[in-house]
Amino acid sequence: METLSFILENGGLISLLLGQHLMIVMIAVGLAILTGVPVGIAISQHPRARRWVLAFAAVLMTIPSAALFGLMIPALSLIGYGIGVVPAVIALFLYSQLPIIRNTTTAISNLDPALREAAVGMGMSTWQRLLQVELPLAVPLIMAGVRMATVINIGIAAIAAYIGAGGLGSLIIRGIAQSDPRQLLAGAIIISVIAIAADYALYALQRLLTPKGLNKMAAGQMKEATT
Amino acid sequence: MADLISRFWGGLQYYWSDISYLTGQHLQIVAVSGALALIIALPLGVWMSRPANQRYAMATMQVLNVGQAIPKLALLALAMSLLGVGGGAAIFGLWVATLLPVTVNTYEGLRAVPRHLIEAADAMGMTPREILWKVEIPNAMNVIFAGVRTALAINVGTAPLAFLVGGGGLGELIFTGIDLNDFGMMLAGAASTALLAIAVDMGCGLLQTVTVSRGLRLAGR
Amino acid sequence: MIQIDNLNKKFGSTTAVEDVSFNVQEGQICVLLGPSGCGKTTTLKMINRLITPTSGRIRIGGRDTSELDSVTLKRSIGYVIQQVGLFPNMTVEENICVVPNLLGWDKIKSRKRAAELLEVVALEPSKFLKRYPCELSGGQQQRVGVARALAADPPVMLMDEPFGAIDPINREVIQDEFMRIQRQVNKTVLFVSHDIDEAVKMADCVALFHNGRIEQFGSSDDLLARPKSEFVANFMGGDRIMKRLCLMRAVDVATQSPPREHMQVVGGNSAVSSRSHLVVKPGDDLRQVLSQLLGQGQEWALCNDSDGRFIGYVHQSDILARLVENTTPVVH
Repeated sequence: METLSFILENGGLISLLLGQHLMIVMIAVGLAILTGVPVGIAISQHPRARRWVLAFAAVLMTIPSAALFGLMIPALSLIGYGIGVVPAVIALFLYSQLPIIRNTTTAISNLDPALREAAVGMGMSTWQRLLQVELPLAVPLIMAGVRMATVINIGIAAIAAYIGAGGLGSLIIRGIAQSDPRQLLAGAIIISVIAIAADYALYALQRLLTPKGLNKMAAGQMKEATT
Repeated sequence: MADLISRFWGGLQYYWSDISYLTGQHLQIVAVSGALALIIALPLGVWMSRPANQRYAMATMQVLNVGQAIPKLALLALAMSLLGVGGGAAIFGLWVATLLPVTVNTYEGLRAVPRHLIEAADAMGMTPREILWKVEIPNAMNVIFAGVRTALAINVGTAPLAFLVGGGGLGELIFTGIDLNDFGMMLAGAASTALLAIAVDMGCGLLQTVTVSRGLRLAGR
Repeated sequence: MIQIDNLNKKFGSTTAVEDVSFNVQEGQICVLLGPSGCGKTTTLKMINRLITPTSGRIRIGGRDTSELDSVTLKRSIGYVIQQVGLFPNMTVEENICVVPNLLGWDKIKSRKRAAELLEVVALEPSKFLKRYPCELSGGQQQRVGVARALAADPPVMLMDEPFGAIDPINREVIQDEFMRIQRQVNKTVLFVSHDIDEAVKMADCVALFHNGRIEQFGSSDDLLARPKSEFVANFMGGDRIMKRLCLMRAVDVATQSPPREHMQVVGGNSAVSSRSHLVVKPGDDLRQVLSQLLGQGQEWALCNDSDGRFIGYVHQSDILARLVENTTPVVH
């Protein structure tokens, strides 16, 4: 097929775009983990704060990505970063908030209080308790959130091509603009493949990081977190 | 900052007729693709939940999962290459995007109905169809509705992209605004789209409260 | 009322129920008793065809049930399970009216019936009709479950360990309640249980199951006093003779012959006697009576009715004699 030959011929360009695409996603998700997990842990102790934070993040999710870009560009242009990678990363960062924060806080809140009691009774400090007991048990669910965020963001990063962020979306844009089905399909197919691959890879990582004997419990919690 | 706000306000007023027209188009795409998705996804979910169909349920889930992971823009682009430019591609793409959450939640919701309720219903002399409509579906309503709400949110959220494949809608203001670097247009489109999405979600939540049995709400299920 | 002839059930190569036959008279409570996996629940479920028999005949009211289609059969038999199974999405009233609605009853008639039944199970209709199952306690849910099973006025009720999930204290209460309800509605009841005390208390007849067969069928007293095999004797418990006490009443052993110390009291002046001696009521079960006698170190008690009228003397020796009466030793 023509598309296949197109891909093979333009390996260099495609690799470049792929690199740009993945970089945006990874920076955004990485930052989101750094801020989201601590926030998730913090609000799991405070039910009122929890409701507000989750509600706010949920509202964020409701805003269509195109709309968010449309709102951010004028705002960010005030500081000179209207288009390009910066608004893209910021948008992706915002979209990662809900899955990561919600899954973190659900994971921590649903931990058996008996565990916390036992840990405190054994003389663990708050930090030790968090790092040695609670976080390891919360990891499967947090990973599920990271996975959700990543897959969503691979999709949104494609749209970010429209605001000059680069990435594989550029192929689709050019494909539509130049009525060139090869570029269009190449872009669409490669992005899809990357998204599916990332989904599976992160799922495998999730299972790897799940402490043995926890898989059944994690499955039950996940059902709760995804509705 | 003040300049921005005045530009936003100006844009809103300037493009008002466009906004109302495009909103209508936008809602039309959402409604059609959403309705079509529900027509297929709800029965599909019910079918998958029947004990006889367990094997097929797993396989179907896998396929739908893959469909869900595909980025929406790619989905619309693929639809366009199949169906050509226009509303058809947009509706088809959105239809695919909306299927999974509804099907998954219908399936999981029905499977989560406690077995002993179904046994009691069977023993009382309800036919399988009566059990489905009087016991299983009412008790799965909350989960099913959550799926519909998620699906609708995805649909409304992806709809702006319809413009890119020739389907019209509020995306026109956003993307044209970006191309022309016209903040007023951009903001007008973006704000309308965002508000529309939030309004639809809230409407769904309201509908859920009204429709689902009070008994379930009290039971916290 | 219910006639079971040579009922069999095989699941693949496993025989769950083998050659089971017994009859239950109208208005009786028959308990299907036995350890886990003995086939009692399978047998119960074959009666309303939740499980299809491999072979055998079931007749209810003289009619062979295989002539009826499954749905009609189920709608004419009341069924109560351990988890109750009240539908959370329906109010109490709607739950009770399920079978009447399936049968096409007039809506007004079924609502009236629902209110009546709530009164029968001692729940005030005005308070409970519009409530949802999640707003009820476990015991209340169980009662609504019984009401629901009675809604279409079926002649037969099947109950599968209905009180198993209730805590022991409330269980006794609801058992007594059920027996009171039964006296009022007079249904033919088949009741599965693995609790001997429950069976002894509630049953008019007992079918003791073992490995898919009926080891013994008879009254509770038959199984306690005259066990047909070592299994029956062991299952009924090492204290089975003592358990017979629960089945007997003070009035059964009350006699007019006074104890030696009382020879001089003619006619039994209750006002004089009760001041210094243990008094029991005619309806008290002998287990309670014996317990009181032993506890107070007395050899005998006076039996007076609720108005204080003298009925007779209850001697400890008479009780013990009665216990051993009409028993057969186990055949080893």
